[in-house]
Amino acid sequence: MAEAKLERILVLGIGNILWADEGFGVRVVEEFHRRYAVPDNVTILDGGTQGLYLVNYVEEADGLIVFDAIDYGLAPGELKLVRDDEVPRFTGAKKMSLHQTGFQEVLSAADLLGRYPQRLALIGCQPLDLEDWGGPLTAPVRAQIAPAIELACAVLAEWGVSAVLRPEPLAGDARLLANDLDHASYELHVDPAE
Amino acid sequence: MGIQTPNGFNLDNSGKRVVVDPLTRIEGHLRVEVNVDSNNVIRNAVSTGTMWRGIETILRNRDPRDAWAFTERICGVCTGTHALTSVRAVENALGIMIPDNANSIRNIMQLCLQVHDHLVHFYHLHALDWVDVVSALKADPKATSALAQSISDWPLSSPGYFKDLQIRLTKFVESGQLGPFKNAYWGHAAYKLPPEANLMAVAHYLEALDFQKEIVKIHTIYGGKNPHPNWLVGGVPCAVNVDGTGAVGAINMERLNLVSSIIDRSIEFVQKVYLPDVVAIGSFYKDWLYGGGLSGKSVMSYGDIPENANDYSARNLKLPRGVILNGNLNEVLPIDHGDPEQIQEFVTHSWYKYPDESKGLHPWDGVTEPNYQLGPNAKGTKTDIKELDEGGKYSWIKAPRWRGNAVEVGPLARYIIGYAQNRPEFKEPTDKLLKTLNLPMTALFSTLGRTAARALECDWAATQMRYFQDKLVARIKAGDSSTANVEKWKPEGWPKEAKGYGFTEAPRGALAHWIKIKDTKIDNYQCVVPTTWNGSPRDPKGNIGAFEASLMDTPMADPEKPLEILRTIHSFDPCLACSTHVMSPDGQEMATVKVR
Repeated sequence: MAEAKLERILVLGIGNILWADEGFGVRVVEEFHRRYAVPDNVTILDGGTQGLYLVNYVEEADGLIVFDAIDYGLAPGELKLVRDDEVPRFTGAKKMSLHQTGFQEVLSAADLLGRYPQRLALIGCQPLDLEDWGGPLTAPVRAQIAPAIELACAVLAEWGVSAVLRPEPLAGDARLLANDLDHASYELHVDPAE
Repeated sequence: MGIQTPNGFNLDNSGKRVVVDPLTRIEGHLRVEVNVDSNNVIRNAVSTGTMWRGIETILRNRDPRDAWAFTERICGVCTGTHALTSVRAVENALGIMIPDNANSIRNIMQLCLQVHDHLVHFYHLHALDWVDVVSALKADPKATSALAQSISDWPLSSPGYFKDLQIRLTKFVESGQLGPFKNAYWGHAAYKLPPEANLMAVAHYLEALDFQKEIVKIHTIYGGKNPHPNWLVGGVPCAVNVDGTGAVGAINMERLNLVSSIIDRSIEFVQKVYLPDVVAIGSFYKDWLYGGGLSGKSVMSYGDIPENANDYSARNLKLPRGVILNGNLNEVLPIDHGDPEQIQEFVTHSWYKYPDESKGLHPWDGVTEPNYQLGPNAKGTKTDIKELDEGGKYSWIKAPRWRGNAVEVGPLARYIIGYAQNRPEFKEPTDKLLKTLNLPMTALFSTLGRTAARALECDWAATQMRYFQDKLVARIKAGDSSTANVEKWKPEGWPKEAKGYGFTEAPRGALAHWIKIKDTKIDNYQCVVPTTWNGSPRDPKGNIGAFEASLMDTPMADPEKPLEILRTIHSFDPCLACSTHVMSPDGQEMATVKVR
């Protein structure tokens, strides 16, 4: 059984929490971690906007689930799941900055190193607003956090892993994001775009 | 119609306009527009960009002790260096002293970031401006091996190694439209390396990709976690327990030894792979000494890496501190971050509003009020700019100036200042490199010089990591395990109002944060980042910024394929607002080019 060989699974959220809907991926893993317990072979990671720093996490994974804000040209808040070879990977030599080292390059790097995850699921959400610096998630995107988690649980189940609902969501210090950056504290001090 | 700028550049915007605009979802970004004359030589340059529009909107009323965690999120590349700058600013405002071990660990973290960033910048952003991947497919593996062995005793250099690599590379390229290496200007006339040098460089591209993962483990060990290491006002958050039976996550001898071994391997990789590659590649581009811009005139470095804890004066900093103006290498001027007359930001050509825009504002009094309007000669609309009007407002980046002067920051600036101060650790490697390439000192003031200084600094930084690691271990062995000072941790004893600043030398240049604290909360917070200096637009007097200056007078082989522009802009290791990871359904072009 292929499932039995799946040893390492990485559940990764990427994006910049300071740019409104850009924060979607990170907020999903934060909430997933807060509400669900996972077995030891599963790592839940807030990847932020880190580029090549993430290569070692990705290459160690046999199965990879990624949450991100993705522009598919859909209605704001629409979720889309793509898998395996449907997930694009490339190295953009024409980029202007190292800061454009996107996740596609991280995947490309893992591929070049010959250590690409066997299974890959990308759960993307169509953003409404990526330009509101310092802003919160918009309502249609925020509403997709729970459905995105459900989708990930279904994928994990398919891979033979069960995420178990915690009796109580994790409290303050035990959460993935601290220092006032957790979703609730962050949004206490931000105003949505006008 | 030419104009001479006060900082000595002759601008002529009468020729064809070339627009290079990265395709990202955030409007503005780093975009370059140039005018070329009938020989395709750049005679006018305009750079515009999106930086964050004021961190103060997010930080106001928050706890100053959490500011580092927010600033760490500004950027996915400069993560730790923003956090370090932030804790220094808070410590400066509140008069908090850190223990010596914390100083050593912070230095190691910062140097580690330098080593990692320089290496990754060279191989994964910049090398492809000089190295033609497709040409590597034509290389003779035996000749490649001979070349590699002639420049270094790095063991991965056999004909079989390069042969295998070439087969792998061919497979990638054949996987469809050049596979991972799509979207580049392969075959461009500005590529000068023979196929063998290209193959060797591609091999090292892959080796560096693999090795960089080792370097960042140092951040995980001292920062407690990665990719977002923990920092602490008053010291560092990791406890030291050499017996290794204490708190979970404490630094024990095993971890110290792991750091030590990573440092040794980093030094080896930089000295046996990175430096020889830069020399080898440089030797084929000796006649391409464009891109100097401001570097031969005005450069600035805040300095960093304090030898002793809590002393940020020039004599205690291992990276040079000071300013050189108008090419006068005989005088390095002192910087005071707290002097309202020195560092000021102007917005005459930036999309912000000041009460009086002929004047600059010191960051403590900084204002970030947007005012998005195009100049009268701009083409297109506010949502779809075809051509900017540099006579009006044209960038989201403010124009910082030191006593009214535009300056370049970054590794080259640091090396020029260290050189001018006759510091042997900067002067000797520079002279040696110039001698190897048989180039005069003035050749430093170029794109290639910027690239070479970064490589030299990577070596310096790796060696300094060794120094501070040894210092740390010696102190711990002598019985000092203190890593944090929590005396003033509780806000009860803080003054009602306080202000401070913190500075570092980020891999890409001078970085500083300014903070005002009121009633224990953040009242104002301003960051002036390296790319604000380098990517700055014009100021009220018409001085152009470092990116703009660096593009002047560069000949382009083909304006439709602006490899020369990318090469020079890349040499600064520019920073953009980091929200660019957003994926596109298919491998998107990373830049559009329009010639009008």
